[in-house]
Amino acid sequence: MSEYTVAKVLDLKGLPCPMPVVKLSQEIGSVAVGEIIEVLTTDPGSLSDFPAWASTTGHQVLGSEQGSPIKIFVKRCK
Amino acid sequence: MSVDVNQQIAELQAKVEALPAGKKNKLSMIVFSGDLDKMLAAMIIATGAGAMGMEVVLFFTFWGTAALRDPAKDAGGKDLMSTMFGWMLPKGRNKLALSQMHMAGMGTAMLKDLMKKKNTASLDQLFEVAAMLGVKIKVCEMSMDLMGFSRAELIDYPGMEYCGVATFLADANESSVQLFL
Repeated sequence: MSEYTVAKVLDLKGLPCPMPVVKLSQEIGSVAVGEIIEVLTTDPGSLSDFPAWASTTGHQVLGSEQGSPIKIFVKRCK
Repeated sequence: MSVDVNQQIAELQAKVEALPAGKKNKLSMIVFSGDLDKMLAAMIIATGAGAMGMEVVLFFTFWGTAALRDPAKDAGGKDLMSTMFGWMLPKGRNKLALSQMHMAGMGTAMLKDLMKKKNTASLDQLFEVAAMLGVKIKVCEMSMDLMGFSRAELIDYPGMEYCGVATFLADANESSVQLFL
C-alpha cells in the first residue's frame, strides 16, 4: 500500500528514454490539479528525469519506491 | 538626506523596461549530421524537450537534410549532379548509417535489431512523437539546393518550413538552450 491517494496509474513498463517523460507529459492533464499519478516504470533513469521534468514544468514528484517496477508519484500542480 | 522615492521608482522602471527580453524556455538545435546515432540523439533530445514543455525548433542542414527525404516520393527533372547526389545520399531516415561501427551495414543492422529487442523508440516513432508535441522542423534552403533535393521529395511533417541562417539565429537568440548535432 502506498501512502498516497492515487487518481490514476500510468503503466510505462518496458519503455526506455525518452518515452517515460513524453507519456507523462501527455497524461498529466488527464487528472485534476492536485491529484496524483502513480507511474510504473522499468527505466531507472526516470528516477532523476521525473524530478527534472517536474521542476521545469511546474509539477511535483512526491516520492518514489524502488522495486520492480519502480513507482514514482507525481502530483499535478497546475 | 531627502530621497525622492517616486523618482527612484520611475528611474528603476525605465531601466527594467530597457532590459532585453529574457530567454524563452526554448530549444534551438542544428541537426547537421546524417548519421543514425546522431539523428537518434537529436530526436530524443527534441522529444524530451517537448515533453518538458519547451518550445522546440530543429534546423536541418547539410547531411541532416537527407533524413527528411521520403522514400516513397520521387522528384524528377534533376540535373546530373543532383541525380548523383540523390543516389549517393541516404533516401530517408531509415537508410541512415551509424557514424561508427557501420561495418558495411552489419553494425547498423545489429543496432536496429538491438533497439527493437530493448523496445527503444525508432526514428519513425520519434518523428511521430515530435510532430505530436509540436516540435518544429525548419530546413536549410541552401543545403537543399546544394544536395539537389527538392521540397517535393521530403516527408510530410506538420508546419515544416524552409529558411536560412538568419532564421536559426533569431530562434537561437531567444532560446535558453542551443545545440549542434
